Amino acid sequence: MRPLTEAETRAVFEKLGRYIGENIQLLVDRPDGTYCFRLHRDRVFYLSEKLLKAAASIPRAGLVSLGTCFGKFTKTQKFRLSVTALDFLAPYAKYKVWVKPGSEQSFLYGNHVLKSGLGRITENTAQYQGVVVYSMADVPLGFGVAAKSTQECRKVDPMAIVVFHQADIGEYVRSEDTLT
Amino acid sequence: VEEVLAVAEEQEAEKRRSVTVEKELELEFDLGNLLALDRNPPPAAGLRGAGPRREALLRALARDNTQLLVARLWELPAERAGGAGGPLVAQLPEPAFRLPREKPPPRPRPPTRWEQFARLKGIRRRKRTSLVWDEQAKEWRRRWGYRRAGGDPARAWLAEVPAGADPEEDQFARLRREKRERVARNELNRLRNLARAHRAATAVPAAPLHPTGHQSREELSHVARVARVSTASLGRFQPRLPKESAEPPSRSGGRKRRFEPLLGNLSAERSRQLELLRDMGSKKPVLDITRAVNKQLRQEEAEAAAAKGKKQSQRGKRGRRQQRAGR
Repeated sequence: MRPLTEAETRAVFEKLGRYIGENIQLLVDRPDGTYCFRLHRDRVFYLSEKLLKAAASIPRAGLVSLGTCFGKFTKTQKFRLSVTALDFLAPYAKYKVWVKPGSEQSFLYGNHVLKSGLGRITENTAQYQGVVVYSMADVPLGFGVAAKSTQECRKVDPMAIVVFHQADIGEYVRSEDTLT
Repeated sequence: VEEVLAVAEEQEAEKRRSVTVEKELELEFDLGNLLALDRNPPPAAGLRGAGPRREALLRALARDNTQLLVARLWELPAERAGGAGGPLVAQLPEPAFRLPREKPPPRPRPPTRWEQFARLKGIRRRKRTSLVWDEQAKEWRRRWGYRRAGGDPARAWLAEVPAGADPEEDQFARLRREKRERVARNELNRLRNLARAHRAATAVPAAPLHPTGHQSREELSHVARVARVSTASLGRFQPRLPKESAEPPSRSGGRKRRFEPLLGNLSAERSRQLELLRDMGSKKPVLDITRAVNKQLRQEEAEAAAAKGKKQSQRGKRGRRQQRAGR
């Protein structure tokens, strides 16, 4: 376990920024305690200082997970956000997409969101912008990337993909073994 | 029986023939090096081209010359080493032939710091006399070593306290300490000079930094790295080339990576991260691409709506006639 280097921090913040923009400040600088990012076996964890002090006494080989896993660094040092970060992305998301009840299940199975399943979308969403996907009852389902900007979404045909799936809460069941 | 005798005689003659060798020019011998120089011209025709015939000719030549050399060696004065039953040992004369160097000559070592300074200032080495007149002993004593001039320890019974020194200080201890320091400094400088010379000797010639046109990819990347670091801030604010990696070169130069301590100053870490966020935020360009695209789309929609309206108004005889005329 070690703190992130500057390059790693930059990569993580860039990725997070695609979804929550400048609200990362609220994650870094919290009024209710000191929270920090730590790297353990290529995975980035977000945890409070108290927890960090407790985790510091566990041997490296025996430590599996600490705090919340935000994602991991791949072999080529690219940062990949995982669904376990959803709890921190959802409250601060800048661009949101609401999915109709009918295609919720489809999204939770890992499919992309089609125009026919699109309920609402934030105004001024750019193409390839990171978005957080909600159900119509405002339950965060996962996150993804907008395939079309809001303007284009209006004109496109119903079978076109509007949101590329990246992570969803169904993974908690599907990839139960591999999730940290 | 006669046949056997004849065969034996033939064999004897063979042996004698093999021992005697005929040569046009006498060989030159350097028995100290076990060397025999044959200046006879070789049979040119036979040596042309590879093959078994050439091999045979060369082998015969070698055999003949060796025979002559060994014959000479047998003529040397010899004696039995280790008593009556020991081996016969010949006493070789001094070697006359100068053999070339086995290894290359040592290259001149780089001048030491003092030598550089002396050359700069024009200081030349003065020859010192080996004997110094010792006033107290009233004789010539050597400059250093056993019974040297002024080196008798009984003589140094007094050590004056210099003008500005602390009266409590032990002057003898000070003198001893200073001597030790001088010796240590001298030794350090000697080792430094040695290290410098050794480094210069084993230095790999650096690749040229100017473009030669014959540089490999690795050399060019090295040159690019050097160019990046050759700024006043040692490359900290240099913009990256399009295909260069984002990680700045490590200060340890490829050796062990060093990380921040795990539970270091958390508030400092937080402030660093906030600053990083600020930097990242400031450099983000305004998303005018999306705005431009949206604007374009809205314009197209407006035009489409306007065109639809125009078409509807133009519907009628005049509209149809104009349309046909336009086509």
